[in-house]
Amino acid sequence: MEKVVFKKPHALTDVPFHYCAGCTHGIIHRLVAEVIDELGCEGHTVGVSPVGCAVMNYDYFNCDMIEAPHGRAPAVATGIKRAHPENVVFTYQGDGDLAAIGTAETVHAATRGENITVIFVNNTIYGMTGGQMAPTSLPGQVTQTTPYGRDVNKAGFPVRMCEMLSTLDGVALAQRTSVDTVKNVNDTKKAIRKAFQNQIDGKGFSIIEVLSTCPTNWGMNPIESLEWLRENMIPYYPLGVYKDEKKGARLENE
Amino acid sequence: MEDKFLMKGNEALAEAAIQAGCRHFFGYPITPQTELAAYMAKRMPQVDGTYLQAESEIAAANMVLGAAGSGVRAMTSSSSPGISLKTEAISYMAACDIPALIVNVQRGGPGLGGIQPSQADYWQATRATGHGDFQILVYAPATIQEMVDLVGVAFDKGDQYRIPAMILADGMLGQMMEPVKLPEAKANKIIDKPWACCGHHNKRPHNILNSLLLSPKELEDLIVQRYKRYDIIKENEQKWDEYLIDDADIVVVAYGASSRISHTAVDMAREKGIKAGLLRPITLWPFPVKAFETLKETAKAFISCEMSMGQMVDDVKLAVECKKPVSFVGRTGGKIPTPNEVLDKIIEVGGCC
Repeated sequence: MEKVVFKKPHALTDVPFHYCAGCTHGIIHRLVAEVIDELGCEGHTVGVSPVGCAVMNYDYFNCDMIEAPHGRAPAVATGIKRAHPENVVFTYQGDGDLAAIGTAETVHAATRGENITVIFVNNTIYGMTGGQMAPTSLPGQVTQTTPYGRDVNKAGFPVRMCEMLSTLDGVALAQRTSVDTVKNVNDTKKAIRKAFQNQIDGKGFSIIEVLSTCPTNWGMNPIESLEWLRENMIPYYPLGVYKDEKKGARLENE
Repeated sequence: MEDKFLMKGNEALAEAAIQAGCRHFFGYPITPQTELAAYMAKRMPQVDGTYLQAESEIAAANMVLGAAGSGVRAMTSSSSPGISLKTEAISYMAACDIPALIVNVQRGGPGLGGIQPSQADYWQATRATGHGDFQILVYAPATIQEMVDLVGVAFDKGDQYRIPAMILADGMLGQMMEPVKLPEAKANKIIDKPWACCGHHNKRPHNILNSLLLSPKELEDLIVQRYKRYDIIKENEQKWDEYLIDDADIVVVAYGASSRISHTAVDMAREKGIKAGLLRPITLWPFPVKAFETLKETAKAFISCEMSMGQMVDDVKLAVECKKPVSFVGRTGGKIPTPNEVLDKIIEVGGCC
């Protein structure tokens, strides 16, 4: 008698991913979907898609999905959540979407303690448009628009979102993880699950920043990309919990 | 409820929205729409609704996108510079066929402009409330009572046709007080929205509200389908009002605040024996071309009276098919034309007839 020991989460559709070989979006999608399955919340979850490589994830997640204008996912999620507080609402955003054009929406959803879950995929580059400098591109990093390497005196410094958001009273959870090893993948899933559970428990704004790779635009193979992530990104963006309000960030929970 | 209340335009509009079943307001402060948001801040908690002051007009409009996309009646309000920022979300809502209400209490522009009443956003409202091929419903009330009545119409028609709707008011209507009879509360009797993203509850496939279509054929097909809906709207939803129009030689075309001034000017012209009349568009999109079907044959000349540099003139010319001369009278930048200025134009045009 055959026994199923591994299967695709129900919260993922059968639509094949469009992602490049070695891109870690697929892993992160799966982790989000596994968490939705485990929490049994697919039927009352609404996801908000970004503009960026993950724009078409409205086709991949089996819950209701709204595609937001570039950077506005936290505002769109706010509207959904305020209209349907009983729903689980999450955004899935890249670094350009969340930390450049959408910085205001991110910061103010956080400072309001908006009871939503934000999955932030940081791969230090604009992937969909072909590899331009991102707000999180590292000093010296070569991109299409920093062909001589990111000169911080001209192009500014990278932004560390978890550190910045951890100073805000509205934030319940700010945690940075990675998907470069099996252990880190497992830790990322635990963090995503906690970020969803926080919302169900009414604790307020939770963000999980996941360090991710972009082999295509970094010009590396998948294994080199994971090594580059470990050697360059993790030192600049240390993994860890930057804020964890046990009782939640919202006043009624205090 | 037969009682009339003396209410400020901005506040009356807000209360009318609540009576129409709107429980989600997302705003950002700007003059001269301020009292609308302030009224919502006071009233929404009393009706278990949401009042949220966003970090920007951009965010406020995108919150409306989210709330309305999840199926509820949602709105935002602003004045001219703020509407420019909302056009991003309006384009996305139009592209996703999400109905919502946007109120523009117009002030002088361009740029930061001024804070006095204006009608200089006519082109923006009727031509380009964002990028891409699309239209939104545009209602232009002339009195506070009409503004109150049109709020419910805007929500209902928006839901019916799945299209964003705008109340295009101005600082004069927003700031003045008039007696109004508020509409009866509809007890939230709102049509089903099976397309809404509010959770599939394991009873249907997942809904998607999206405006990205990478296949040119798919995108074109969708837009062509939407324009067929616009044709139905153009056929069924034109609204206008007429005053002394039947025997008129000179027809003043004016909407909103400038139509009230034109009304007085028409009376003054009649006293002088000039056969003047007033045609007042209530919908600016769709523009009430049907109102001109007979008039373009019977009248001798048309005058567009506006608080702008004449943005509606082209629509009037198109409606009369250039069969009769169309001229313009108006002021801009927050200045309001006087009845005498309009009368002078009527006399000038009348002398040519």
